[in-house]
Amino acid sequence: MDRNGNTYTFIYAAVMVILVAAVLASVSMALKPLQQKNVEIEKKQNILASVNIESSAENAEKLYAEKIVNEYVVNVNGEQAEGDAFTTDLKKERAKDAQDMLLPVFECQTEDGLKYVLPVRGAGLWGPIWGYISLNEDMNTIYGANFDHEGETPGLGAEISSTPFEEPFKGKTIFDESGNLVSISVLKSGQVAPEEHSVDGISGGTITSKGLEKMLQDDFSSYKEFLIKKKS
Amino acid sequence: MSEPLFSKKNIKLLSDPINDSNPITVQVLGICSALAVTAQLKPSIVMAISVTAVLALANVIVSLLRNTIPNRIRIIVQLVIIAALVILVDQVLKAFVYDVSKQLSVFVGLIITNCIIMGRLEAFALGNRPWQSFLDGIGNAAGYGVILIIVGFFRELLGSGSLLGYNIIPESWYIANGGFYENNGLMVLSPMALIVVGIIIWVQRGRNRKLIED
Repeated sequence: MDRNGNTYTFIYAAVMVILVAAVLASVSMALKPLQQKNVEIEKKQNILASVNIESSAENAEKLYAEKIVNEYVVNVNGEQAEGDAFTTDLKKERAKDAQDMLLPVFECQTEDGLKYVLPVRGAGLWGPIWGYISLNEDMNTIYGANFDHEGETPGLGAEISSTPFEEPFKGKTIFDESGNLVSISVLKSGQVAPEEHSVDGISGGTITSKGLEKMLQDDFSSYKEFLIKKKS
Repeated sequence: MSEPLFSKKNIKLLSDPINDSNPITVQVLGICSALAVTAQLKPSIVMAISVTAVLALANVIVSLLRNTIPNRIRIIVQLVIIAALVILVDQVLKAFVYDVSKQLSVFVGLIITNCIIMGRLEAFALGNRPWQSFLDGIGNAAGYGVILIIVGFFRELLGSGSLLGYNIIPESWYIANGGFYENNGLMVLSPMALIVVGIIIWVQRGRNRKLIED
């Protein structure tokens, strides 16, 4: 057959593409369970990190089973709802109407007492950002925070997942004295806000910082009723 | 096929790219990924291994197919082969070394555009037998990997004071603990990779007379 002819070229390309697709599809299917397991373990590590428990990929599952004593979902009215907290996909929930939204809550037993871990999710500069905030039993004081991102700029926006950014969240409060939800502000230099409700933003990462601030505001307000109910 | 598997000529295919025609320091290919992944030693090593797997396999496959590939679409065929192999590597990394795969993030995908791979397929595998192509692939990937690992070694040691995540510099040396030493934060940033590569090129040319131009 003429190896420079059109027929040969077309058949060659078609056969090659089908073969390659078959190989890739089967490998992807074979490795899927292992990959999902890894994603799960990472999520558990992140939840544990928000209550200041360090874990490795090896011991995360054991620690998680030990420390997380209860997990459930609530709706915006703060009532417990049907659903599995761990597999609830915040991205999908955010797309729903407020009334149908399911909000996961994880209760964690630590040396300092019972902590409530709330997942948050929002938008940074280049893509989604998310994290876990743990609150003390007063449902007001932040016990720890852990953030992560998909593709923020390394050294700038990506710094939200670093300890120097996460550390100052500890001890901040999200309600003011008269019981209004004020969330946490992420400040640029020169801005002023009550110290107990704000942390310093990242130089060069203003849009990510602001995105994070909005994420906290939005998500705390969806949890508001739950927080108030638990508080009283 | 009377030629022995490891004849002098074949050994040369393997050793040449490590020094005399090193893809990074002599041909100046694949610089982008050399800057991006070498802030620490572990990703450098994983990247080196990944590129070795992709390049060696792609070379062999293209060499096996070299008499059947229609000339007009040969670049596309090569790209499909490379892309498929890179996706396989990415999937395997995600399944077995998840944390490293997160660190390498987009750079695994960017192996596809690594000019070393395309270059070797075009220049070598299309015109040579599979075994020679395999050696050429291993040799070139090793030349690339060696530089990556050297750069990663120095950047992690001087930038973070550790190697493969283990602390090397004693804690008591640090200024914070009353010592005299501080990590060089600049080493972690990519410009320093370029400078380290520059120093390697300098040292290599100083020692290898063949590379000195008039």
